[in-house]
Amino acid sequence: MSTAADATGPPWRRIHRRTVLVTALVTAGVAVGAAVPAVAGLSGRLGYPAAIGWALAGAALLIGCATAGDYVRWRRTRYRVGGERVELHTGLLLVKRRSLARERIRSVDLTAHPLQRILGLVTVRIGTGDQTGGESTLELDPVARAEGERLRRDLLDRALHEAPGTHRDGELARFDLRWIRYAPVSFVAPMLGGAAVGGVLQISDWVGAQGEVIDWVADRFRDTPLVWAIVVLVLAALVSGVVGALGLWAEMWWNYRLEREPGGTLRVRRGLLTSRSLSVEERRLRGVDLVEPLGVRLTGAARLDAITTGLAKDEEAQGADHNTLLPAAPRPFVDAIAVEVLREPLAPTGAPLTPHPPAARARRLRRALTAALAPVLVLTALGVLLTPVLLWIALGCAVVGLPLSVALALDAYRSLGHTLSGGYLVTRSGTVRRSTAALQRSGVIGWTVRQSCFQRRAGLLSVTATTAAGAGAYTARDTDASEGLAFASEAVPGLLEPFLVRD
Amino acid sequence: MTTGEGTVRLRPPRNRPDRGAVGWWRAQWLLLTAAPVAVLGILGAFIAPARFWLWTPAAVLAVLGLSCAVLFPLWWFRIHRWEVTDEAVYVRTGVLLREWRIAPMSRIQTVDTVRGPLEQLFGLATVTVTTASAKGAVRIEGLAHDTAADLAERLTRITQDTPGDAT
Repeated sequence: MSTAADATGPPWRRIHRRTVLVTALVTAGVAVGAAVPAVAGLSGRLGYPAAIGWALAGAALLIGCATAGDYVRWRRTRYRVGGERVELHTGLLLVKRRSLARERIRSVDLTAHPLQRILGLVTVRIGTGDQTGGESTLELDPVARAEGERLRRDLLDRALHEAPGTHRDGELARFDLRWIRYAPVSFVAPMLGGAAVGGVLQISDWVGAQGEVIDWVADRFRDTPLVWAIVVLVLAALVSGVVGALGLWAEMWWNYRLEREPGGTLRVRRGLLTSRSLSVEERRLRGVDLVEPLGVRLTGAARLDAITTGLAKDEEAQGADHNTLLPAAPRPFVDAIAVEVLREPLAPTGAPLTPHPPAARARRLRRALTAALAPVLVLTALGVLLTPVLLWIALGCAVVGLPLSVALALDAYRSLGHTLSGGYLVTRSGTVRRSTAALQRSGVIGWTVRQSCFQRRAGLLSVTATTAAGAGAYTARDTDASEGLAFASEAVPGLLEPFLVRD
Repeated sequence: MTTGEGTVRLRPPRNRPDRGAVGWWRAQWLLLTAAPVAVLGILGAFIAPARFWLWTPAAVLAVLGLSCAVLFPLWWFRIHRWEVTDEAVYVRTGVLLREWRIAPMSRIQTVDTVRGPLEQLFGLATVTVTTASAKGAVRIEGLAHDTAADLAERLTRITQDTPGDAT
């Protein structure tokens, strides 16, 4: 592989040698995890000494293969950072040579799991602006921590662009333990609770003791009425879910810091065990999305996500929080951070919004009633035909479902809104997950206007701004037909205007 | 609510699809209908006891498909419109869910021309214009071959002259 380019270009570098040690340790962990049940299973037939011998042999083989494989990978992987391009060569038989133009690099992302942290290593992920998938990301797994920092600084250090306004550099927000109170009200808590129950049942099933676990629980509640037993069990699941949510929150957000670095880069650092660092060029930032899941909103808080082009889109980064700038925090503080991040005089996310016409409320109410009444009607019909028990269930569904769906529909209508605030266009919608997106007007790269026949009769339409960043499209749903078009036309002067007729 | 003082609405784009598009859409409907009807019909011919339960839905499907094949293409032909100005590509589609799409020239990244086998038969092509947004593609269906070629060439020329990476 020694070509002329090697002689002229900057020196090739290797990824860190300790990757072999990391792989050996991780594989050893996996081997222990697999060996324990294997020994338990085999000892019945072979006796303990033989079973342990076999397990040890298997583990040694596994660890040996993985370590040798990683050693080869380490030998065959090299990278270099030139003036124009970053290059990465990998692979033994199928040699993969990839290179990225430095000017197309949009984000540099450092992560380190606990083992890597102990050994002073980080994984570096270098992303470009493409939305097409994993091929656009180079991964150096792992390099020394100092080398990772150097790469991050070098690759994102461009000509300083003078930003308007007096917004500060340095630290914008830092970890605040009081925010942990918003962790249990997220949707994570009930989900983790359910997962805990499922996990207990699944593991006991593997060991073949599922029946005993259920019997043991039934024994505890022999003398209590069924209703109380259910209440206690649900509470127990919820409590474990809340504990899990607190733990997860701590793992994700401990040591959180949001900084603006010289050169116009926003950097988020966080993580208790696995430390993560995410850098986004401000030039790539197209706006922010203020997200309020229902529970978080009821407690007066919100989360702030970045709308940006070219965040890593590969499998590992698909997780929910890879573009979060600020975890759930009190609403006024979130607006203040939005002001700092966007360098605006006023927070676009806090701007007063134009409400949508009452026809939009009627649509939502009609939809909610349909969704609530359909199961009730089916149950009633079946009840009349089959058994009266179903009639009672139908009544229960109606009593609970109707007020709930009407309340959600009214709230969904109140959430609707759109406006222009400074250089940003703002749209808000959603009730269970209310999202207020503030999108840079210069980041709008097209419009899609939709109108169903129902909307046409009600004089409504939905206006969607398409953009290269974030979700790709942000919609103002069910605006007044005329006002929505005027809004879109004003948001991006000249684009929609030639196609409009004013009566 | 759509009339009155000072209201704004979108004007229709200037150009219609090629006349042949009606035939193409019709052929699509007919093929879509023919497949299940043929299967049901053949099964009915061989399985005498279930003949009623196979041929009745086949007949219903055939009638539905035929009426769709007659009506929808005419309706689409009235609604589908496209226009390319020096600043933007503008398209109107959809009968029940109407859709207007606008992509500015300065943000166009790729211009694709596709001729499917059925389109070849009717001398038609589809031009798809994509922007950097995953959700911003604009499709112009049912263009005559030479119209499509001219359009693609013109769009490509304009977008090549535009600097920047269009995000």
